[in-house]
Amino acid sequence: MDSVKELDVASVVQAAVEKHGARRDALIPILSEVNRAFGYIPEQAMAEIRRVVHAPEDGLFLADSHLYAITSFYELLSTQPVGRHVIRFCESAPCHVEGGRPVIKAIQKELNLNPGETSADKKWTLLMNSCLGVCGVGPVMLVDDDIYGNLTPDKIQAILARYS
Amino acid sequence: MKTIRSMVLVSSDKTSLERGAGEIIRRFQEEILAFDLSEEITLSTICDVGIRDDVPLVIVYPEAVVYGPVRSEDVPVLVEEHLKKGRVVKYMLALMREMPGQINWLRARQGMLPAQKRIVLERVGLIDPESLEEYIIYDGYQALGKALTQMTPAEVIAEVEKSGLQGRGGAGFPTGRKWGFVNSAPGQPKYVICNADESEPGTFKDRMILEGDPFSILEAMTIAAYAVGAHEGYIYIRGEYRHAYQLLENAIRQAESRGLLGKNIFGTDFNCHIHLHAGAGAYICGEETALIESIEGKRGQPRSRPPYPPTYGLWGKPTLVNNVETLANVPPILRNGPDWYHLFGSPKSVGTKVYTILGNVNFTGLIEVPLGITLREVIDIYGKGMKNGAKLKLVQTGGSSGSIVPAHLQDTPMDFESFRKAGASLGSGALLVCDENTCVVDLSKVLMQFFRFECCGKCTLCRVGTQRMFDIMNRISEGKGTSGDLDVLQKVGEDMSQVSNCGLGQTASTAVLDILKHFRAEVEEHIHTHVCRASVCPVADLSPITNLVNQPSLA
Repeated sequence: MDSVKELDVASVVQAAVEKHGARRDALIPILSEVNRAFGYIPEQAMAEIRRVVHAPEDGLFLADSHLYAITSFYELLSTQPVGRHVIRFCESAPCHVEGGRPVIKAIQKELNLNPGETSADKKWTLLMNSCLGVCGVGPVMLVDDDIYGNLTPDKIQAILARYS
Repeated sequence: MKTIRSMVLVSSDKTSLERGAGEIIRRFQEEILAFDLSEEITLSTICDVGIRDDVPLVIVYPEAVVYGPVRSEDVPVLVEEHLKKGRVVKYMLALMREMPGQINWLRARQGMLPAQKRIVLERVGLIDPESLEEYIIYDGYQALGKALTQMTPAEVIAEVEKSGLQGRGGAGFPTGRKWGFVNSAPGQPKYVICNADESEPGTFKDRMILEGDPFSILEAMTIAAYAVGAHEGYIYIRGEYRHAYQLLENAIRQAESRGLLGKNIFGTDFNCHIHLHAGAGAYICGEETALIESIEGKRGQPRSRPPYPPTYGLWGKPTLVNNVETLANVPPILRNGPDWYHLFGSPKSVGTKVYTILGNVNFTGLIEVPLGITLREVIDIYGKGMKNGAKLKLVQTGGSSGSIVPAHLQDTPMDFESFRKAGASLGSGALLVCDENTCVVDLSKVLMQFFRFECCGKCTLCRVGTQRMFDIMNRISEGKGTSGDLDVLQKVGEDMSQVSNCGLGQTASTAVLDILKHFRAEVEEHIHTHVCRASVCPVADLSPITNLVNQPSLA
């Protein structure tokens, strides 16, 4: 994922534009698709999106700074490369009250990572996330697209071992 | 685990208390214990019974029988006859000619225990959310058909207005009136937006509706579009809800293929297209103008209001923004009529409310109950009591931006009106139940961490204030707080709630201000004696007193 090929970027952006259109209201969906494909928004992708969507003659002016402003604003969009697997641990009040703190400590210990860090082997990125909307079974974490609930510290090792 | 079969409510207004309601409650507790009924009967109080001369009243569910005036010596008879043998004690019944106050509508809840009233969640879990056929079998699209073929837009709006439906996103604005604003606003085209950016911590009711009954939202949005004169709608769904997104995608496709969405709906000349728009992770986008900005492909920063979305919304055009749960109420209202809807809830807060019960209770999850039931009822009946028999300390209602309701206020009826009077808000319907092991300083820290992270950064008070309050709470939890800190918290919190541009800033300090109001002593203990009763703050390690305080003999 380190070396994002220009060709890949162009085809991913193209596919996203075909799906969502090239209007201004398609920007966030397009960025989300790119983020999904690469784990983050590579700089080349921003340039490519601008090239495709920018159309001042139709009243759609788009600057590089617009794209950067959007990307850095939303939690699910990343400006930095991430590991192969991304853990999003819910740090909101319900999961906290339901016993979240010992669980995040267990994750940190297991991976030897602090929140916001990516492991040296680029396998894991550990992120703290606001409420994931699964509070009935808190504490909760999201590993890539898989959601895990009713977590306790002793379940962590087995869950993380499922990912290679 | 408890299986509650009956609930006893004792009136606890001022007159009732003067006439010995306290003693009645005590006698009930004794008798319930004596008959070993504590796993089956729950006892509670009700404050607002209006002005009556036959108080104290005793109300028993599920029969919704009202006894009064009751004396403490009547209690053994009531327990023996009604609660144990199931026979109504006729000679003790209150006269039912005029039922003022809260008990008037309480009668409408006859037979409601322990069942819930499902209007919004009627089909959730019952039908296949991927099947349009099943939706139609269960009354789906009847309301839209009726609206498009038998009613004018003005009539649809009048029905919704008459039903008394209030917005379920948190603010409780009358839905019919909002529809009227958009309908009469000048400018074309108009838009309808379904706010499905449910991000309030502890709230997942909208997700359950979308995942369990996606067609109902499409039907409701189409009705709304017809009523306000729009032909295009957006569902703004939060990015984390992948499953709901896929179900809606499928639902839109199916509805379009059957002429229930798109062009010439129901064979009429009415057209309506609905787009699905996923967010990318930002709490603030639940605020309606931030949501609109986000659809327009910008950072989700709230606009200055007025103008409000009904006159100046998406692309500057008149726009209706409704929450998922609000919309889900619309088809049943049109199907059954506004009078039917008034059977549920209280006179000023009509209908049901979907709540999520969370935290230290035996059962966590989703319930739909008439507006106006109390926290005690929710915890005892639906939450099946506190986990491990612990004692209730507080409930945070309405998510992280909601109020902190201490245990002694748990008998306040949960409707918009009564909560407003008690200085609390119902908000989004999340009920986070916390037991005695919760430290209020620790909880404040977690809440302020959330807000400082989710603040959009547009206005100074919120941007700086959330950070400042987080820093101070952090300091207090480490035992480095000063008494001046509390004044600063108070000042910053109040300023934020008064001056911030949007709902986030206005409510970010609510919980901390409530904690200062109800649990000030506990915060001061952290500062002055380095004691954390719950032993969760770092300060607990600093102080030998903590260990002393927490010894079982003293606790």
